[in-house]
Parts: sequence; structure tokens; C-alpha cells
Amino acid sequence: MTFSTKALLLASAVSLAAPAFAAGTHPVTGEPLADDQTFTYRVLDEHTSVDPQIVEDVTGSEIVRDLFEGLYNQDAEGNLEPGVALSHTVNEDNTVYTFTLRPDAKWSDGKTVTAGDFVYAWRRLADPATASAYQWYVEVMNLKNAGPVMAGEMGLEELGVRAIDDTTLEVTLENPMPYFALTTTHTSTFPAPAWAIEAHGPDWIKPGNIVVNGAYTLTEHVPNERSVRERNPMYWNNDATIIDKVVALVINDENVALTRYFAGELDRTEIPAGQYPSLKGSNPEEATVFPRLCSYYYTINMSDSAPEFLKDVRVRQALSLAVNRDIIVEKVLQGGQTAAYTFTPGATANFQVPAVEYAGMTQAERNARAAELLSEAGYDKSNPLEIDLIYNTSEAHKKVAIAIAQMWKQTLGVKVTMSNQEWKTFLETRGNQDYQIARAGWCGDYNEASTFLDLVQSGSGYNDAKYASAEVDALLAEAKTMADPQANYTKIEEIIAVDMPLIPIYHYAGNFMIATDLENWPVKNVEQNWYSRNLYKIAE
Amino acid sequence: MFNFILRRVAVAIPTLLILLVASFWLMQTAPGGPFTSERPLPQQVLDNINAKYGLDDPLWKQLWNYLVGIATEFDFGPSYKYKDRTVNDIIAQGFPVTLTYGIISFLVAVIVGGALGVAAAIRQNSWLDYFAVGVTIGAQVLPNFVMGPILILVFTLWLGWLPGGGWNGGQWQHIIMPVIALSTSYMASIARLTRSSMLEVLRSNFIRTARAKGLPDRTIILRHALKPSLLPVISYLGPAFVGMVTGSFIIDAIFGTGGIGYFYVNSAFNRDYAVMMGLTILLGSMTILFNMVIDILYAWIDPKIRL
Repeated sequence: MTFSTKALLLASAVSLAAPAFAAGTHPVTGEPLADDQTFTYRVLDEHTSVDPQIVEDVTGSEIVRDLFEGLYNQDAEGNLEPGVALSHTVNEDNTVYTFTLRPDAKWSDGKTVTAGDFVYAWRRLADPATASAYQWYVEVMNLKNAGPVMAGEMGLEELGVRAIDDTTLEVTLENPMPYFALTTTHTSTFPAPAWAIEAHGPDWIKPGNIVVNGAYTLTEHVPNERSVRERNPMYWNNDATIIDKVVALVINDENVALTRYFAGELDRTEIPAGQYPSLKGSNPEEATVFPRLCSYYYTINMSDSAPEFLKDVRVRQALSLAVNRDIIVEKVLQGGQTAAYTFTPGATANFQVPAVEYAGMTQAERNARAAELLSEAGYDKSNPLEIDLIYNTSEAHKKVAIAIAQMWKQTLGVKVTMSNQEWKTFLETRGNQDYQIARAGWCGDYNEASTFLDLVQSGSGYNDAKYASAEVDALLAEAKTMADPQANYTKIEEIIAVDMPLIPIYHYAGNFMIATDLENWPVKNVEQNWYSRNLYKIAE
Repeated sequence: MFNFILRRVAVAIPTLLILLVASFWLMQTAPGGPFTSERPLPQQVLDNINAKYGLDDPLWKQLWNYLVGIATEFDFGPSYKYKDRTVNDIIAQGFPVTLTYGIISFLVAVIVGGALGVAAAIRQNSWLDYFAVGVTIGAQVLPNFVMGPILILVFTLWLGWLPGGGWNGGQWQHIIMPVIALSTSYMASIARLTRSSMLEVLRSNFIRTARAKGLPDRTIILRHALKPSLLPVISYLGPAFVGMVTGSFIIDAIFGTGGIGYFYVNSAFNRDYAVMMGLTILLGSMTILFNMVIDILYAWIDPKIRL
């Protein structure tokens, strides 16, 4: 080897090392990055599917958000940021939205992502033959002719979405809807590759067949054990992506998952119920808590089949007033949940939490008022009210139920018969109004108060209380078309705080152990719509 | 012997059919269905889905179509919950996992349990006996849902020797803990059964005769005592083997192995009819088959049964 070749080799080694070193720091923050950019997290249960129009569970949706990209994404705070769409315009009465798509968005097989791919996907979602459990989402989106198309009475081409050209998507709505763009972050609206679906049928989402337009592609899937996704080099923003590989491990037992987290096998896991305070003490940097767009409540049967006493508003008010929410969140749950006096969580975007009267009282005042109301209704400790309470089988629900039953007994002398039911049996019982008071929980589909308040609309399929108020229905209908419907939402909350068809108990909190080297978890995104491409691991 | 086998097979087929019809009927009478959810689906959407899966047909027709599908195409139907795969996919992926750790657990339980039991019996009231009895009692009172997390705590978190779960294509490191957790209580039962039956046999007249003849201990135990003392053990091995190879919900749930035990239990909670039926058929046939094998084995060991 001559001196010059040695020098050449040395020079090339230096030049090769230089970019590698540069890639070792975060382009924006300048933090040193770990060599191994693999993000491993625990999931409770196997995902239902990774087909954007079929998926119906949270676990699956998380994967779909990595594999596919819709018109808009959410940033760390949950605000819209461009995805495949760069921007949109809307006509004056909020019925026609025109999206401009980025020309450089590519599918993993090299084809360009076009407006036609969205049209195909949305029609596929609405198509009765697809039999998607989320077919109703085209009605939530308010697409023109959604109802008749879903029923098969109109052709798919009548659905209010069309491609003007490859980069222009026009959406026509049935009614004006100012917040339409918010609905486009939902996985069921993500584009789908018609050619791959036609070539492989239902197997198109299996590793090897799948064609994606997101930052990652599915490379391995062992049902009930793991799924692995790796970088999609065709993704338009691949250069800004840092995490190379994402592994979701199915671990049913949350305590085992925590042990494995401490053994370094996981970068993120849920904190088992009741362990947040101790973990916060021992691992303060890792134990993370943040508000979620979910409410925990008891629904009160007000249907025709309900016993008379539940139709008495004083009884419902008394039961709600006597619940000491602070005890539930601070002593029973201890996981960062917040006491709820309204159905809609305060974390919901633009939602002004109304000053409902009972929220401002002390618990002693509430208890006194509750006792008064109940005796006015004809019940007291010598003539006690007897109530059945049902919840779905779970330790956590049981603890809450016991605490509340005790509060009702102590404050009001109410005799509560509690029973638990297996999940599907419970849903059937509650859905058939074969109950008096039942546990319930609801998480928002999108970050807007109507995703909660639609539940108290008289015709809603989710209105298990069968509560009917003409005033609420009118306010909700009006809110749909208002530029700023917040005043209506506040008013509705005030009405239901009086009518009390449901007893809000607490708003959920997310509890995670997040490894100290994993950065950028979007704790402020209340919907917890996270994207692996925004995460990164720093060198420790 | 041939007639004996034929008789057993003739009984097995109607048994399986009764099992099928009964579980189909039980499943259908359970409240709720595969698409009952926290967010009740609009009727329109539910109708589409029911039409797609043929769930709008009368029950007898659903059962008939299902059986015809199995008989003609060996198609056990779709999963209503895990929409990207069929029951055949689930069995093809999960059953080899279950079978692997089940068979290894069985071998471990039989070899270790049998050896412990024999050793304890022939050295009755020695330290070996006390040790074996102590171990087996300890193993029997520690259920696997307690032992699993303890194993992970010790071998994964404290010692860092073994991965805390997963299957990883059946790498040996991933098999050890599931096998320990699954085999221990079976091992303990086998040891105790072997010990007591061996003790009984050792006290019987023909062994006394053998001893009187001056046969060496080794010959007495291996040639004369072992076979009869295995009879009660073998009748236990049938259900034990089936119990191990048909999967364990707890092992799958704790170690995330991806076996069919978890799918089976969950399919009942999910009302995932086809998955449940498919796995019932699989596990039912296996139970029947292995019980039959044990019966044959029994008949071979003890000629009195064949009469």
C-alpha cells in the first residue's frame, strides 16, 4: 500500500465518519441521539386490523397513524398540521371544502398519493359491502348523501367527495360544518391504495403485501405477540424522521409489563392502577400523567321502563350531589384524574367549563342539599331509597362503586345493591335499559365538545339514559352550523347539571412510564394521537 | 385390541358433534354479540356487517354452513374481532407455539416428577423423601399466575438472564419460563402420585416374593414395581397432557407467547363465534384423541381393562 492510498483511505474514513457524527445529533434541538433508534412499547391487546377503513380499536389506530397519513395530522398540542394536504379553502357557508395536496407525497411502492386515493378510501368507508364498523363516520363528517350511500340507495359516486385533479380534493357537506377539517385526522379517513387492495384482497395489509403512505411500513406481525414497523424510505418527510423501528409488544398483564419496563425491555408502558403515587416518588422523571379526552360517569335510567323515583329530578340531583368526587380521584384512584362536574372534559379544545352551581359548593353544602332534596322526594333514613347499581367486571370500577355506594349510604341512607357483569352482557343490559344506574365511560372521537354532548341528544344511540330534552336537542342542532358553538355547549352543560341524566364522576388521565431517553411524547395532546416519527431517543 | 380402538372412535365422533352443537348453542345464548360495543353500531352498519358474515341467517343455517365450510374446504371461518385474519390463520400461528411449550412442559413434568416420586418412594423417610415432598407441596400450592410474575421478577429484572416474555420464533430463552410456570404443578402431582403408588406396590406380596427370591433392588424396582405403579399415574397423564398442549390462558397472558390459550378464552369474551368454534373443535378433538391414546395405553399395560 503506497502512502497516497493510505491517505486516501484515511481521508475517506474521515469523510464517512463526519456525516455519521452529524446524524448523531438532533437537527433542531442539537441533543446527542442514541445509536439504536428502536421504540418498543406495550399494548394491552392485539390490534383488530391495520386497514384504515376497518380498524376500530385504539391500539390499531396508533399503528395506522404510523403506516398511513391523512389530509391533516395533529401536532404535539393536538392542533392541525399539514399531512398529505398542504392547506384548504372553504366556501362562505362552510359546505364546500377544497384541499390542496402536496405533490411529493408517495406510496411505499413509488406511486404518487393523489386526491383519487382519498376518494377511493372514503367511498370504501361508506360502501355497505366493506361493512366497516366505522361506516357511520361519513355521517359524522357530514358528507353529502352519506345516509343514502351508506344504505346502498345511492351509488358510491354520489358521496360528497371528488378529485378535481391529482392534487385537489373537493368535499361537499350535507350541512354547514365549521370544524370539518378536524375530522380528517381520524384513521378511517386515511387514503387507501386501490391497486394493492384489488391485488391481494383482505390480505393486502399483511407484511410484504401492504402499501403505505406513512412514515413506517409493517414488516412483521405475530398475532398476540408483536408487530414491527420500520422506516418507509418513500415517505415525503423521511429525512426528518429519527425513530427507525417501532415494536408493539402485546402484554396483557400490566404488572408484568411494568417489570419488563424496569428490565429495560420497554420504552413505554401503562402504570397499573393505584401505583402512580409510589412510582412518582421512586421514578419522578418517568412516571407521566396527562389529561385525556374521556369522562367516567354513571348513567341514570330515565326510560319508560325505569322506576318512578329515577324520573324524579330531585332524586337524581341528590345522588349526584352526594358523590364526593375529590375522594374518588385523590383517595381511590390516585392517578392524576380530575373531578368532573360537567360531562365534557375541561381539556376539550375551546370548551369553556361552565360555572355549574354544584361545582362551586363545598362537599358539606352538597351533602346538606342532597339530603334536603331526597327528603322532599319522600325518602329519608327511615324510609330509605333502594337502588341497583351495575358495572362491568373490573377491580377499578368495583372500588369506585363501593366508594360511591358508601357515600350514598352515609349521606342519604340509600341502600345500594351492587352487581358486576361481564363486558358484553353489561353492554346488552345497559343498552336495553334493563338497569337503574350503570357505570359508563366515554372518550371523544375528535377534540370538540359535541363528541360528548351528542350523547344527551334524545335520538342518539349512545344515550343509554334515554334522556330527552327538546331544549338540548335544539341547542345541539343549532351548534352544528354555528361558527362558534361554545356558548351552546356551555348552555347544554348547565341544563344537564340540573336535569342530571348522568352523574359525571371524573375525567380520565393517561398514566405512562416513559423511559428517560425517549423524547417528545405528546403529553399535551389530549386525544393521545401520537406519531412515532415525532419521537426520538437521546444518547444516555 | 383393534375392536377396542374401533369402539372408542365410534364414540368419539358423536361426542365431538354434541360438543359442537352444545357450544354453538351456549355461545348464541350468551347476551351480546361480536359487534356489541361501548358505542352501539347504528342499525344500518350492523346490518351490513351481519350480512357480510352471514349472521343474519337462521341459527341452524349458520351452524350448517359452518360445518359444511369445515368439511368441504377445511375453512374454520373469519375472526369477527381480528378482522385481518381467519381462524385458520390464528390456529396456524398460535397452535405450534402452544404445542411447543406444552410438549416440553409435559416431558419436564413427567421426567422430573416421575424421578422425584420414585426416588422419594424407595428412600422413604430419608432426607431425599422429605426434600421431594417439600418441593412438590411447594410447587403445588404456588399457582402459575403467581409463579409467572415471580419468575419474570427474578430472571428478567434481578438477574437479567432471560427475556421477560414474547416468543421470538421459539428461541430457547423465551421457552424456559413458560415451561417452568406451566409444568411445575403437573410435575408435583406426578411426583406425589408416583410416590404413593410406588410405596403401595413396594409393600405388595409379589414384591415381597421377589425380595425373598433374593433379586437385587434394581431389578425389583425396574422390572417388577415400576410398571404397576405407573397405572394411576398414566390415568392422570392423559388429562395432564391435554391440559398442557391445549394452551393456557395464564401462560399466554403473562408471557405474551401468542399461543391459542389466550385466543380461546378471549374469543368467548369477544363473542368471536367462529374463533371459539374453531378452537373448540381443535381442542375437543385433541382431548378426545389423547384420552383415547391413554385408554389404549392403559389397556396395553393392564390386560384386565381389555376384558
